[in-house]
Amino acid sequence: MRQVYLDYSATTPVKKEVLEEMLPYFSEKFGNPSSLYGIGLSAKSDLNQARAKVANLIGADEREIYFTSCGTEADNWAVIGTARAKKSKGNHIITTAIEHHAVLHSCEYLQKEGFEVTYLPIDKQGRINLEDLEKSITDKTILITIMFANNEIGTIQQIKEIGAIAKKHNVLFHTDAVQALGNVPINVRELNVDFLSMSAHKIYGPKGVGALFIRKGVVIPSFMNGGAQENKRRAGTENVSGIVGFGKAAELAGANLTDHIEKVSKLRDYFAEQITAKIPEVEINGSMDYRLPGNINFIFNYIEGESLLLLMDAKGIYASTGSACSSASLTPSHVLKALCLPYEKMHSSIRFTVGDFTTKEDIDYTVEELIKIVERLRSISPLYKQK
Amino acid sequence: MGMYNDKVMDHFMHPHNAGDMENPDAVGNHGSPVCGDMMEIAIKVENNVIIDAKFKTFGCGSAIASSSVATDMIIGKTLEEALAYTNKSFIDELGGLPAPKVHCSVLAEEAVKNAIYNYAQKNGLELEGLKGYDPNKEFGHDDDEEFDEQ
Repeated sequence: MRQVYLDYSATTPVKKEVLEEMLPYFSEKFGNPSSLYGIGLSAKSDLNQARAKVANLIGADEREIYFTSCGTEADNWAVIGTARAKKSKGNHIITTAIEHHAVLHSCEYLQKEGFEVTYLPIDKQGRINLEDLEKSITDKTILITIMFANNEIGTIQQIKEIGAIAKKHNVLFHTDAVQALGNVPINVRELNVDFLSMSAHKIYGPKGVGALFIRKGVVIPSFMNGGAQENKRRAGTENVSGIVGFGKAAELAGANLTDHIEKVSKLRDYFAEQITAKIPEVEINGSMDYRLPGNINFIFNYIEGESLLLLMDAKGIYASTGSACSSASLTPSHVLKALCLPYEKMHSSIRFTVGDFTTKEDIDYTVEELIKIVERLRSISPLYKQK
Repeated sequence: MGMYNDKVMDHFMHPHNAGDMENPDAVGNHGSPVCGDMMEIAIKVENNVIIDAKFKTFGCGSAIASSSVATDMIIGKTLEEALAYTNKSFIDELGGLPAPKVHCSVLAEEAVKNAIYNYAQKNGLELEGLKGYDPNKEFGHDDDEEFDEQ
């Protein structure tokens, strides 16, 4: 059966070139970068080459890149680390209602310790209002943490403008760029960000490695305590093969960025066009103007998301839903809630993400199957009949 | 590898008794689109025996599978026998549901009860199994009005 992976926001396959670069580090190049002999020193040097490649992708200096075990660790470190470092200055953090849980739950954790958090709302497009942001800054504000682009609806925030506001008020600014990396041109100098979180497995690199950009001169405590790795700021023997893979993936992402954006946005637009033309009563969540190139989020009215996913799975088509029924908690996605979507539409929302390996044939197959699946589920939906 | 066992998947992929029924003797429903699942069960009754049942469900895989087994199980049963089924009867028949999905089977139990209740109301029946049954206990009844008028 044909397999069509349309969930590149969840994770991506490791590219062949990336895997090839990684493999020697499991065997012959197994040295510990902290060791002071040949294979250790060369591992250290390779690690730093990877660091330079990641730095290059976001316009940073390589000394500003700190490798972590994942994007979540980078988010936790930036948010909780800043709170610890700046608590004598204030206890107020500004974020949005649509952050990844790695940021939201870090904020909730800090609230239990007495920090105050402002969760900015979003408009129908999925964007925050810059005036709201500026008005919510007080003399106690120590951190603004706003994601670069949203994982569910793909909305890209005005990071440069937010950076300027943060700078004007002398507040540190963190952005979770896990979804944006490799999908949007990023230059930390132009954007005025102090922290930026990244993850390798979203850009055709391996799982288990992420990084935090920390602007030179900004000091936050270590998140992991132990050895002197990562310039004494993140202890623990480095995941050398993973980091080398991240470096290669970053290099490829940088080199292919323009082509990648053009290719996936074209396919995504074609997909959206086909679905809205061929299936009645479908809507799109979020903005088409400020959107990640591969992301589309449809509302298939009168159908519950999990049923749709299961029937797509049976046809080899993989996507994801913010619907309650697919999660253990049974609460719908906080992102769709923040869009103020009626509940039944939240349950009917499905996210697809197109990536580098998606073809037009994949999209055509998906459209053909979705027409049948939607029709089938609507034929047994009591809501469709009531129309 | 999925979250459901083969039997649940089979009932979901090939649901029994799905769709519309012509001239039902009663229709019951439970749930709400707001909660992400809503079930409607139509029945035909002869001599207090359910001779046919059909369902329409907006919901996840287990909600559709629960509707499928519930309608299967009540066909051929007397109204009192059908009322004796609980959500556990449907879960057992399905060979189990993941813990967060148990409420889907409750939905089926309530929709069956609601259909029989509506039948009893129409026909002036007093059924032992409906003692203490409150059709409005959990959800608003906006969606029921259409059927109450039938």
